Amino acid sequence: MCLAIPALIRTIDGNSGLVEIGGIERTVSLALTPEAQVGDYVLLHTGFAINVLDAEEAHETLRLLSELAEFIAEETGTGLAVEGTQGTG
Amino acid sequence: MKYVDEYRAPELARKLLASIEARSTRPVRFMEFCGGHTHAIFRHGLRQMLPPTVQLRSGPGCPVCVTSDADIDRAIATATLPGVILTTFGDMIKVPGSDGSLQTAKAEGADVRIVYSTLDALQIARDNPENEVVFLGIGFETTAPTVAASILEASATEVDNFRVLSLHKLTPPATCALLDAGEVRLDGIIGPGHVTTIIGSAAWEFLPRDYGVPCAVAGFEPLDILEAVSALVEMSEAGEPAVVNSYTRGVHPEGNRTAQGVMARVFEVADAEWRGLGRVPASGLAIRQAYAPFDAALAFPVKTGPAREHPGCRCGDVLRGTAEPTDCPLFGRACTPVRPVGPCMVSAEGACAAWYQYGGILV
Ligand code: SF4
Repeated sequence: MCLAIPALIRTIDGNSGLVEIGGIERTVSLALTPEAQVGDYVLLHTGFAINVLDAEEAHETLRLLSELAEFIAEETGTGLAVEGTQGTG
Repeated sequence: MKYVDEYRAPELARKLLASIEARSTRPVRFMEFCGGHTHAIFRHGLRQMLPPTVQLRSGPGCPVCVTSDADIDRAIATATLPGVILTTFGDMIKVPGSDGSLQTAKAEGADVRIVYSTLDALQIARDNPENEVVFLGIGFETTAPTVAASILEASATEVDNFRVLSLHKLTPPATCALLDAGEVRLDGIIGPGHVTTIIGSAAWEFLPRDYGVPCAVAGFEPLDILEAVSALVEMSEAGEPAVVNSYTRGVHPEGNRTAQGVMARVFEVADAEWRGLGRVPASGLAIRQAYAPFDAALAFPVKTGPAREHPGCRCGDVLRGTAEPTDCPLFGRACTPVRPVGPCMVSAEGACAAWYQYGGILV
């Protein structure tokens, strides 16, 4: 029920916006995200944008995750075992 | 889809799983509060992939599931009043009350309509000025601001035949109720991502502070959930409970202030009845006096008989995390998604439906 999906804002007209979700367009309310701008991704829930997604944070999360995974894999050797492609000689 | 696909990368997921396994030395049990997480965890098979030391348990975070029988009975009674059009989100229509569901009421002539948004319900009210349009307001903090916004819009545009039956519920008080009951030992909580988008990650600080329980707020893709599990394992191993935000692209510590303001303008905190948890103080939202004309509970004070749960249905235990769906004797036999006995088998986010659909029975 608390499902929300990322949607790209194409145009804004007052309190409502035209968004694109995976190639489909629909009009949504921006009443809860007055700060939203054209080109932002918002979390869309039951016809309302409930937050603007933070592009920098999104990027940073993926970078940190990769780093963490690499670090742990190196430390424990688990990465080699899991991938099974590099062999341990 | 951007912000979705990159959080499903299997390679990264395998590495994260390996890192979790490498660090997890003692058995822990984490609860995913949110039914959306339950659905994602089963859909992506995450339970099976985690090391045996890490157990996940579903929680009460499915608004359809926690709606009490008495409240479902009220909704059905309201729907059958002459001139009323009852609008609701899809899942709610099939949930059995003491005697039938909104779907059976509809089959018997009640005007029950499924809407995607409260704004659709408002439009139905505009299009049918001779009818009373009632929106069945279920949902947590994620949904409540959208319903509040529709009441503000109805008020501003003078739609006087639109009303809301507010059954909204608040998640932190339910989490407290669960931990206070102490029936199930929990070593950490996967915080509900979209609820926390609204209320902010700071709203969960009471978990480490008052209960010594770590919390990691998670998004809904596999990497999001694994990142949260990884953070919980780390905190448990170190014995240093805190609130970690593993969903920084969607969640800020302070939440969405505009949405909080809209919610507070329209609603006030009230006690609420939860399936499984019973009456939880200050865990619901009632419509404020200033917006009383939009309150369906005041406009239609329906009388219903005593509520009856289906004997044998263990939804209450499942929602409290004290039983798994397979502990229910009706699971997969008398109770299936086609003929659900309890709400946990109706809602896509109910634990019973997730187990049934994704073969959790094999886990
Ligand atoms: S399997 Fe059906 S009857 Fe049993 S707890 Fe789940 S919903 Fe209730």
